[in-house]
Amino acid sequence: MRWRIEDAPERAEFREQFRGWLRSVLPDGWIEAVDSGDEETFTKVRQSWDFGGWQKVIGSSGYGAPLWPKEYGGLSGEPWMQQIVREELTNNRLPAVSFNILGVGLAGPTIIEHGSEEQKKRYLQKILTAEEIWCQLFSEPGSGSDLASLSTRAVQDGDHWVINGQKVWTSGAQGAAFGMLVARTDPDLPKHDGLTYFICDMRSPGVEVRPLRQMSGSAEFNEVFFTDVRIPDENRVGAVGEGWRVARTTLMNERVALSGVSLDRVSFLGGTRKDPWQSYLDLVPDRTSPLVRERLAQLYIEQEVKEVTAFRAAAARAAGRQPGPEGGISKVFNAELNQRRSEAAVDAAGLGGVAWMPGDDSAEARAYNFLRARANTIEGGTSEVLRNQIGERILGLPREPDVDKGLAWSKTRK
Amino acid sequence: MPDVTGDPHAQEREALRDTVRTFLERTSSEAEVRRLMETESGYDESVWKQGAEQLGLTGLAIPEEYDGSGFGPMELSVVFEEMGRSLFCGPFFSTVGLAANTLLVSGDDAAKKEWLPKIASGQTIATLALTEESSSWNVADITTMATRSGAAWKLSGTKWFVLDGTIADLVLVVARAESDVAVFAVAGDAAGLTREPMVTIDQTRKMARLTFDGVEAQPIGSQSAGNDVVSRGLLLAATALSAENIGGAQRCLDMAADYARERVQFGRPIGSFQAIKHKLANLLTEVEQAKSASYFVSREAAANGDDLPLAASLAKSYTSDAFFKAAADNIQIHGGIGFTWEHAAHLYFKRAKTNQLLLGSSSHHRAIVADRVGI
Repeated sequence: MRWRIEDAPERAEFREQFRGWLRSVLPDGWIEAVDSGDEETFTKVRQSWDFGGWQKVIGSSGYGAPLWPKEYGGLSGEPWMQQIVREELTNNRLPAVSFNILGVGLAGPTIIEHGSEEQKKRYLQKILTAEEIWCQLFSEPGSGSDLASLSTRAVQDGDHWVINGQKVWTSGAQGAAFGMLVARTDPDLPKHDGLTYFICDMRSPGVEVRPLRQMSGSAEFNEVFFTDVRIPDENRVGAVGEGWRVARTTLMNERVALSGVSLDRVSFLGGTRKDPWQSYLDLVPDRTSPLVRERLAQLYIEQEVKEVTAFRAAAARAAGRQPGPEGGISKVFNAELNQRRSEAAVDAAGLGGVAWMPGDDSAEARAYNFLRARANTIEGGTSEVLRNQIGERILGLPREPDVDKGLAWSKTRK
Repeated sequence: MPDVTGDPHAQEREALRDTVRTFLERTSSEAEVRRLMETESGYDESVWKQGAEQLGLTGLAIPEEYDGSGFGPMELSVVFEEMGRSLFCGPFFSTVGLAANTLLVSGDDAAKKEWLPKIASGQTIATLALTEESSSWNVADITTMATRSGAAWKLSGTKWFVLDGTIADLVLVVARAESDVAVFAVAGDAAGLTREPMVTIDQTRKMARLTFDGVEAQPIGSQSAGNDVVSRGLLLAATALSAENIGGAQRCLDMAADYARERVQFGRPIGSFQAIKHKLANLLTEVEQAKSASYFVSREAAANGDDLPLAASLAKSYTSDAFFKAAADNIQIHGGIGFTWEHAAHLYFKRAKTNQLLLGSSSHHRAIVADRVGI
């Protein structure tokens, strides 16, 4: 069951146009194999095709970022176009989001809003084609939820800035060409006022990337160390001291880019045609207990309801509103739902949820989902911080007294 | 967030909402609710008449051929949402949500011609008598018997928890007839029918015990389709109740957030404390999700979609649970004043718990969902 609305005429036309484009770029037999559900043929067609080039194909078409202005590789379009593109990509078993999601979802919109003309020309197209992968250099060991307290320093030296400090939780840092970097340019101003936003070339001397192993055992993230890294002033985004305002654009877009997309293998690589609910049920083979059944039914209900809410939020955005705190509602709910879902699967398996014989892929996936889900309520804004935002920005509740208010960053408690 | 945009009738529904809200602000203020809940009938005849005649509320979703205005579940849900918000006291859910909906899906033209115009005009108050002492909503558990002697049918048995059972002019009774269950129409003042008011925690929603001792009854629809008629009618009733739930839930959230902004303790508004702020953020999240569930089932009902049974159970359980949580947290956030009789919080709390158990508990509906999605 899915929320369905008949396309209005202009939307139907756009969908048809995008489908036509897909037919023109996909190898012969792809769409037919998808439509008929013929797995064998699909696998053959897919293997015979240069999948690595896909990002370049869609990135050059405008469909990779329908919201971006035409002159920078988008369609100057509306949010509903992005929705239709994602739907059709998923239906046709193609990746729903760019491999360069931080570039397309975060860096691009930030550069479009705050960057110079030269920066737009230099970076945007290669973000779309994923020729240059981006990463995000925001969080620090001492600055998580209170990002504005960060202490990585940028000191001006002629027409360059010299960076020293450490960032953490940087995904994709090894392969990234550029990073979005926020650093402190004036420690004697209040914490929000002394920040500046830079584009950091990740191959610069003095940038060191170390993988960070997580509780799930894998290492999606990194620590990034900066030792006298020199960044030319032309890589500054926005004015000196305006870094917080620029970073907020990135953060708002982060919530939009990451809500409504599940960042699993399927989103990045496409491929499976299985209904996600069925895939989930496969992880819970024994569903005879009435308690398990009720728990799963509630999870199903929550998943469906959240889809409708995501749709309503998309519709509200389509009405022209900037991404706002309603993204926070979805983020909080999705993160906790994913924890409930992944835990229910482990519980239903009993000890089989925590121990298995080598090679049992299904058990491994179940356990991995369970462990990985703990990060969902932390990454991209903890649920606690998001609840503050929902309370303050939507419900109009008063803020807590801010002990750093008006105080020079150098005088704050760290 | 409002209902989904991109729907050409969304604006009309918002206009309807304004009209209904204005009407209810006048006729269903807290003072009026408190006055009516203390009466035995539980409603105001002149308000009922105005709602039916001037606003056309009772006939909103009745087809034009039966003197209604021919709208559907989407519009009706707006009315129920607003009534839930104001705790409207009156036999609207019983007459429209239960009885009219059951008649609409009965496939019995004669019965529709006989009763729907009178419901649309506000002349007839109607209800559905299904549950018995066990409070089960499963028709298999029904023991009330319908027996035939010649062309006439007679009912014997006892129905419990009948909404507005003491004031209904028309009672649709679900009874066991020969092999299967069927629906029968009985006049409220029929000979052999005893109607006794029950004690209800929610005084704004009256219930009665109806005892049938050989009461003459008129069968509705074909005998073999009784089961189907009842279950389809209940899907539409669940759609209506889900809308009522989100209206009530939003009102509880509004009350709690207003209070949290104003009430000062320890020198700060209590809404600045994270313990309260996060409770309210959670409530907002639940209420928005519940709205999604309600909008979804209204659409499925309007389209008579294949997913209606799934959507109805999904929405009934989700919105009921959200309403109850909102009502309970509203009391908690208000603290001591929230536990007093003079504050409105308890009225919503009682309505929420009653709605949660009407039409089957949330567990009952989750079991239906489980069956339908391959769990």
